Amino acid sequence: MNDPAWINAALISARPQAIAALLRYFRDMDTAEEAYQEACLRALKNWTQNGPPRDPAAWLILVGRNAALDATRRNRKLEPLPADEVLSDLDDVEEQLVERLDSAGYRDDLLRLLFVCCHPDLPSTQQIALALRIVSGLTVKQIARAFLVSESAMEQRITRAKACVARANLPFETPGAVERARRLAAVSTMIYLLFNEGYSATGDTASRRFALCDEAIRLARLLLRLFQSEPEIMGLTALLLLQHSRTAARLDGDGQIVLMEDQDRSLWNRTMIEEGLALIDKAMRHAQPGPYQVQAAIAALHVHAATPEETDWQQIELLYATLERLQPSPVVTLNRAVALAKVRGPAAALALIEPLAEKLSGYFYFYGVKGALLRDLGNVDEARDTYNRAIALANTAAEAAHIRLQLDRLMSDRTHPARPCG
Amino acid sequence: MLYAVLCYHSEDVLTSWSAEHEHAVMGKLAAVEDKLARAGRLGPIARLMPTTSATTLRKDLDPPLVIDGPYAETKEQLLGFFIIDCSDLDDAIVTAGELARANPGGAYELRPVAVLRTHRSFQ
Repeated sequence: MNDPAWINAALISARPQAIAALLRYFRDMDTAEEAYQEACLRALKNWTQNGPPRDPAAWLILVGRNAALDATRRNRKLEPLPADEVLSDLDDVEEQLVERLDSAGYRDDLLRLLFVCCHPDLPSTQQIALALRIVSGLTVKQIARAFLVSESAMEQRITRAKACVARANLPFETPGAVERARRLAAVSTMIYLLFNEGYSATGDTASRRFALCDEAIRLARLLLRLFQSEPEIMGLTALLLLQHSRTAARLDGDGQIVLMEDQDRSLWNRTMIEEGLALIDKAMRHAQPGPYQVQAAIAALHVHAATPEETDWQQIELLYATLERLQPSPVVTLNRAVALAKVRGPAAALALIEPLAEKLSGYFYFYGVKGALLRDLGNVDEARDTYNRAIALANTAAEAAHIRLQLDRLMSDRTHPARPCG
Repeated sequence: MLYAVLCYHSEDVLTSWSAEHEHAVMGKLAAVEDKLARAGRLGPIARLMPTTSATTLRKDLDPPLVIDGPYAETKEQLLGFFIIDCSDLDDAIVTAGELARANPGGAYELRPVAVLRTHRSFQ
């Protein structure tokens, strides 16, 4: 029981709730973090001798709060002007603290903690970095490694982000239904972006970024435990699980993308798939479709197929059409076109994406898809030009290499219909 | 006598385990399970999905009320179970103790099983 690995896991898991409660208490992020740090130091000493307490989070909150209060009192003796209003405010709350830990109040504490990281003035990468630092408790070094930047650059980024949220002065009252929904949506987006930060990684540094996917799933589950009946949070969690289930098959030995139709499906993580499918089932029962649920349903249809040929493209096309209505975007239409090509052929798909040409004129994937459709129509010259356009717009060497491969195939078997690319 | 060893642990803690730690614990558990299986004492083992996947049916109402989430909000959650053949309670405590050494933290509830039905049609 006094195994350091266990204590470490207990500290990590208690962190979000403990920091959230301490933030509510002290209304200052730095004080809350210092109080938590002090509580962790005492926990390492105390728990190794006495074993961990039954409720580690409550223990850390009480000890952290007392430690910070002691520090405030010590400082007060040194300072000529005591911060009376701070202390009297705190004393009022003191008695209710333990009680509140067991109530639903901590739900809004945690949501607020997640939400302060999603300040609209912060670019998404800073929101994510802040959440990883404050909520997940990753070290600056770990975050810098995942973002492939230097430790000092990340330190600066986080310091600036903290200063920004401190100025924002988010109210501490219990939010109303509309405000709560707004916070939930912002936090969901942040978790989704955090996941993508890890999921979009390729190359030899990819594996160290996959940790971001694990962390995003942990936060999504945390959010779902707070809001058990929110179908979109179920959808978000399911989506992340279903995407991450393919991680072991998504990159080859050189860290290059393997297309889904070429992936070794036996490498897909069945446990994650089963959990993702169970969550979609739960979400569907609410009959309140939302973008995360629809995307999760699409991912579910992909993982459901034992072979690429068994993929239910018709259903996928319908789901993309639903997603288009819920969240119109040329990229969604482009994805729908890929499914449509499988159901009704390349001509129908091409007609669907023609109007997008202007909006997606700088988008690599648009030309990749269009090139494949032209190729399937037997329009070799136009396909070649379109593929060349895609290569010019490729964001990574892997993307360019993939299109070059398509181009080589196109030129080498002009007479044979090539395999469609997605 | 068959005993159900019901495994309670903090879900937050378990989902914070590193992959290496999880692998190490599962390896130690497998060694104990193997020993029990060789002695013909090991019945079904189940690991339950996270409580976020749970749905609860309040069946004191008609039709039953369907609620998202686990039946009880507890600090430690029911995360799985073993069915083990034990000669008596002392034996069950010793056996559960071996599993506990392989996977410390949380609690095991030892519940004698009244009836264990398995249907041949179930694959």
